[in-house]
Amino acid sequence: MPHIELPLEIPGIASAFAFRPETAKPMRELAHVLLFEPGSDASLSSRDRELIATYVSSRNTCYFCQTSHGAAAASHPGGSSELVAAVCADPQTADISDKLKALLVIAARVQSDAKTVTPEMVSTARAAGATDLEIHDTVLIAAAFCMYNRYVDGLATWQPRNEEMYRVMGKRLAESGYTQTPAAHPPVTKPIADQPVIAESALAAR
Amino acid sequence: MPHITLPNLPGIRGPMAFRPETAKPLNELVEVLLRHPNSLTPGERELIATYVSSQNNCHYCQSIHGAIAAAHLDGDEEVVASVKQDFHIAPVSAKLKALLNIAGKIQQDGKLVTGQDVQAARDEGATDLEIHDTVLIAAAFCMYNRYVDGLATIQPQDPDLYRQRGKMVARDGYVAANLTNVLSPSTPTTNAPELVAR
Repeated sequence: MPHIELPLEIPGIASAFAFRPETAKPMRELAHVLLFEPGSDASLSSRDRELIATYVSSRNTCYFCQTSHGAAAASHPGGSSELVAAVCADPQTADISDKLKALLVIAARVQSDAKTVTPEMVSTARAAGATDLEIHDTVLIAAAFCMYNRYVDGLATWQPRNEEMYRVMGKRLAESGYTQTPAAHPPVTKPIADQPVIAESALAAR
Repeated sequence: MPHITLPNLPGIRGPMAFRPETAKPLNELVEVLLRHPNSLTPGERELIATYVSSQNNCHYCQSIHGAIAAAHLDGDEEVVASVKQDFHIAPVSAKLKALLNIAGKIQQDGKLVTGQDVQAARDEGATDLEIHDTVLIAAAFCMYNRYVDGLATIQPQDPDLYRQRGKMVARDGYVAANLTNVLSPSTPTTNAPELVAR
């Protein structure tokens, strides 16, 4: 049971977002820029960025985040649930680029203690083709998921064990991103703008 | 030296100027959490941020938020130091102590927070919103701290720098204060093209 009175029937971070829309807005926007929008040199795909988010969430043992972002990674072109599982088990033996492997080494250090990222790790990522922007975004994705994971677990949000729910959620995130535009959601009751609560409830009920 | 080429600004201001698209929500989040009207005072909320940053051993964040907290608390740097050292014996309310206990657990692992921790805060008068905001402030500073340290940003040692900026942020807020990240005339011109390009 959640530690505070969160809206019922809404899973994970969405329940906390519904409880506090003022903080939800920048948190959604941050995830949207980091994971969904093309970067100014969009060389790191959304699949790869979702894999970084999933890997960090897995290291933080946050069930809701690793499952939902794993489903998003699997839904992007070139993604699959097998690939997600392989990355979480051991990025170095997974079927991903050397660049992503090097970025995941950095992400893991940011997750455990950011001060242990070394210039050598950064050089290795650069040698594999990583740009400054990609290194920046990797550090911030890893840091941000140390926030999202703690938020979700620290409030003891409802994290249902329901694979189909996460699959649907992942597909929606991969297609529409994180900012909850009305167009991204078929209206459930009536089309009112800025009502993410209704949209998320509908998702949970599916 | 930072791991990537950043504008010559201290701490989080370097990467924020490097990537304005992510700086915008990062600034908005901290503005809502630490400055918007709330039953927890700005000083109390800055103390939570300072304590978590101290537990994460992030020099820049604990120094600047400690300075902002002190500016909100009539310049009382002693209370900031005592919260960092051992909040249980610090001159702060029993409610804030119970919230700092929750924040300390979030800093390690969100799953460590127990029903008893939350009940103890409620018994001291904490509302659901205050508990929510404590959890999110602690979680958010686990992000800001990692962002600042993970890129090996410049973190000045001089306490006076933090004291001055702390007063300014306490007065003007984060969004307003960080407009200077891109407008400051002290930004070296060599970095200007990169800022413009972004």
